[in-house]
Amino acid sequence: MTKILVIAEHNEEALNPSTAKCVACAASIDGAEIDIAVLAASAASVAAEAAQISSVGRVVTVERAENDAGLAAILAPQIAAMASDYSHLFGPSTAFGKDLMPRVAALLGVNQISDIMSIEGSHRFKRPIYAGNAIVTVEAPAESIVVATVRTASYQAAESGNAAPIESATVDVEVPTHTRFVELQTGKSDRPDLQAAAKVVSGGRALGSEENFELIFKLADKLGAAIGSSRAAVDAGYVPPETQVGQTGQIIAPDLYIAIGISGAIQHITGIKDAGTIVAINKDEEAPIFEVSDIGLVGDLFSIVPELTEALG
Amino acid sequence: MEKILVGLKRVVDYNVRVQVKSDGSGVDTDGVKMSINPFDEIALEEALRIRESGAASEVIVVSIGSSDAQQQLRTGLAMGADRAILVESGTSVDSLTVARIFKALVDRENAELVILGKQAIDDDNSQTGQMLAAIWGRPQATFASEVVLDGDTARVTREVDSGLETIDIDLPAVITVDLRLNEPRYVKLPDIMKAKKKPLEQIALSDLSVEAAPEIKTTAYEPPAGRQRGIMVEDVAGLIAALKDKGLV
Repeated sequence: MTKILVIAEHNEEALNPSTAKCVACAASIDGAEIDIAVLAASAASVAAEAAQISSVGRVVTVERAENDAGLAAILAPQIAAMASDYSHLFGPSTAFGKDLMPRVAALLGVNQISDIMSIEGSHRFKRPIYAGNAIVTVEAPAESIVVATVRTASYQAAESGNAAPIESATVDVEVPTHTRFVELQTGKSDRPDLQAAAKVVSGGRALGSEENFELIFKLADKLGAAIGSSRAAVDAGYVPPETQVGQTGQIIAPDLYIAIGISGAIQHITGIKDAGTIVAINKDEEAPIFEVSDIGLVGDLFSIVPELTEALG
Repeated sequence: MEKILVGLKRVVDYNVRVQVKSDGSGVDTDGVKMSINPFDEIALEEALRIRESGAASEVIVVSIGSSDAQQQLRTGLAMGADRAILVESGTSVDSLTVARIFKALVDRENAELVILGKQAIDDDNSQTGQMLAAIWGRPQATFASEVVLDGDTARVTREVDSGLETIDIDLPAVITVDLRLNEPRYVKLPDIMKAKKKPLEQIALSDLSVEAAPEIKTTAYEPPAGRQRGIMVEDVAGLIAALKDKGLV
């Protein structure tokens, strides 16, 4: 019997789209029964959203004040205590899930599978290694619980339209006080979230300065796109780290990805492999980004980008 | 504090484009350049800076694997670590077992801080630090971009998807480091000579009495599905026409 508990990612107000992607992955296991766990200080609005995701049988809420910041050290013992009812525990391969799920796995005495990109059976999965240069099939032991993160870029969010029952649970475990949330600084903007955006405009080292990134912002705003960047652009201080796309940044799969002044190192490419359409604008016709782009344009970004922004009227 | 443990994993160098063997039995690592996992170098740099600030007295670098990993440990010693421990294992070791090995070393050395890379660039797992913190029952501050020690606590800024999160943790603790934490120092020739005289202890994995974890087997390797090279357009008008064609604008 395959019973999967998906750990919801949220900010106490809204459910992160990564959760519906984990559900989509879980639902591709034959005959899986899927529950969602919402651990929160106050779970109602997040749980209501989770209950709408199709294929979900039940939403289980665990409310306690300490859960408000979603800290791994506090959530993990509660999830481990809920695990005995399940054959699988899934979380997203976002910063939240990557922080949390290995801690849960270790408490349960099992290894963890990172970045499931395809389900080959209830205990067989495919995942990328070496920045996506190789794909491995891994097999988890049938007799122990499977704890895994789901590579969210490999899945479309499960549809909504469900009305799963919401049940509140009490998990009687002590949580530590050795880890305390201080603050979260977000580069608050009206632009869409990089993970969830259908379109992403991304800039690289060739932009040359923080001021010149304004060109990227203007084009993105015209398209209603999120902002991405290469590691080189972040290291140079042009844009904040949360915009970085690639092996050690965010792995994304928008419908449209426009790479501007990005040469296309393998570590960057691995973050965009699942994009629908990749557009590359670069002055170097030999740039590796053109090997993976669907539409390429060789030329000076400082004239092309304003012209493109203007022409999109 | 007395001691900081730092993990140094021997991995295929960052610049090598790894290929799957034609028979699908693994990836081709014959004769390729091996290096310290880049995140682990950042972890070591941070530990050295903490020691240099006077907040710790000893930095111990640890690697697990074949005797070849001595090379990476010597580099760590040349960077400035005080001594090295190689836990010898003939086979590759999974994350939970690595975490258990570190726990055994933490107990043996009475270490108060373990600094690790946030992930290794070979298996891309990003698990060991979190697992060690779990079985140690101590805080984890993963993906750190700033670490400020203050007596028995640390304030750590973490790179998360929505921005920068700051947490306070009590020591002892595990910190895993992200790219922007620091810039690792270059090793100078005299330091390489000095490093040869620093202690490098070899321990057989079997001597640590670490329980083996349930194994996740890798049954097949394959190259990734490639993307096809698409079209080239001449100008902005051509680009817009191609985007319209795909219904994207």
